[in-house]
Amino acid sequence: MIHLHYFAGLKEAAGKASEDIQWADGTVEDIVKWAADTYPAFDFSAVQVAVNEEYVLETESVKPGDHVAFIPPVSGG
Amino acid sequence: MGAQLMKPFEVTTEPLEPARYIEYVTHPGAGAVTLFAGTVREWTNGKRTMYLEYEAYVPMAEKKLAEIGVEIKQKWPGSRVAIVHRIGALSISDIAVVIAVSSPHRKAAYEANEYAIEQIKKVVPIWKKEMWEDGEEWIGDQSYKPGSE
Repeated sequence: MIHLHYFAGLKEAAGKASEDIQWADGTVEDIVKWAADTYPAFDFSAVQVAVNEEYVLETESVKPGDHVAFIPPVSGG
Repeated sequence: MGAQLMKPFEVTTEPLEPARYIEYVTHPGAGAVTLFAGTVREWTNGKRTMYLEYEAYVPMAEKKLAEIGVEIKQKWPGSRVAIVHRIGALSISDIAVVIAVSSPHRKAAYEANEYAIEQIKKVVPIWKKEMWEDGEEWIGDQSYKPGSE
């Protein structure tokens, strides 16, 4: 199982701030594909991914227990 | 709040008090303190904002703010930094972000302070939603839009 976190427009598109999904093995790219298929209303093209609170590349592997956050373009300040 | 221990890198729902951060970064080795307060603007590109809604990935945002603090201390030796961002519903003229930097001489305090806000707009997971009379929109990628300041 992995823990997914959604923010801003993606949180609204998903209708939830977080969820747990079953996960055996794969990369960040696989999870982004899963999310894009699951929440087609949201545009993932500009989304960055953080695993355990650090930005990672799409090739990074994701292991059970990881926290995966989808980070839309930020707009703080 | 009074007796509460001051967190120099924080995301909070509480109103921000700039004086606390000036006090935090001030020390005998400092010859300058710059204080940046980002406030909620009413008009953006001809559209009137009623209020802003901010949200954050709080644990990661606080970690990234602290990393900016470490970078500043490396780039501008002798500086001391505090950065705090408010989230939740903010009214016009409310303070959304406070950056306080002290340094031995003023140039570094100005430069480091600007570096901090630029990094916040690039890497810190915080989002704002503009709430208008007739709608609302999450704002993204603002730092790359010319004329957005």
